[in-house]
Amino acid sequence: MNKKRPVNLDIGTMHLPITAYVSILHRISGVVLFAIVALFLWMLDSSLSSEEDFNSLKECMTSLIPQIIIWLSLAALAYHLVAGLRHMVMDFGFGETLKGGQLGAKIVLILSALLIILAGVWIWV
Amino acid sequence: MGVITNITSFSRNGLSDWLLQRVTAVIITVYICFVTFYFLAQPNLDYDQWRNLNGLFSMKVLNVLTVVSIAIHSWIGLWGVLTDYVTVRLLGPKATFLRVLFQIGMITITLIYLIWALDIVWGI
Ligand code: HEM
Repeated sequence: MNKKRPVNLDIGTMHLPITAYVSILHRISGVVLFAIVALFLWMLDSSLSSEEDFNSLKECMTSLIPQIIIWLSLAALAYHLVAGLRHMVMDFGFGETLKGGQLGAKIVLILSALLIILAGVWIWV
Repeated sequence: MGVITNITSFSRNGLSDWLLQRVTAVIITVYICFVTFYFLAQPNLDYDQWRNLNGLFSMKVLNVLTVVSIAIHSWIGLWGVLTDYVTVRLLGPKATFLRVLFQIGMITITLIYLIWALDIVWGI
């Protein structure tokens, strides 16, 4: 048998289209969000359990490390949300052509980048 | 032959899982939009305001709908991820055992989240 025959598609050596990145990032952000739910629940719990806990949570949010963690969490959420909305728009049959898919992927990247920047503005400015 | 089912999928039916994934996504989005605008409108939010908001019956309904949606949505979502990667084709014969183990772990965490969340939002 010819030993040089291709045995598998090695996607590590292939140039992936923009739509592939948008799709895999949606999946990664979804899995990451599942872990982040614990953080959000912890924050919700402390913010509602007592005035002291509410205020110490607010105090905590003035230091850099927690701010960065929250910003990254909001980034995952913003990306997953925007890419998820595109998913549903495509489920209704819009943007399913090659060109439409690429345009939609670009819109997702631009819109989520904008939201992530705005989240940073909200936290730090 | 019927539709192939799988006991660890959420509704045991791909089409209704697909629909539930979308319905729950919309509910979570409604919650996120509402809370985002509320925070933007109340930059100096204090404890009493926040607690009063979450004590409203309408807000409790939104909170419960959201946490139940997150549980269903992640159950379906993670099921899809696990059945894509933890497979016999990719990992060999041990994969099925491993996948069920991961799925039980995922389901357990989801249920803990849900009970914790309901305890937070309903007790106010
Ligand atoms: C705490 C919140 C959330 C968590 C933990 C979460 C988690 C996940 C996970 C793990 C997946 C599976 C990914 C995949 O199969 O590639 C998924 C899929 C999906 N998510 Fe989310 N998600 C959340 C919020 C949202 C929101 C707010 C939207 C709103 C648009 C959304 C829309 C979607 C859609 C449409 C899919 C299906 C994609 C497909 O069929 O391949 N999700 N989510």
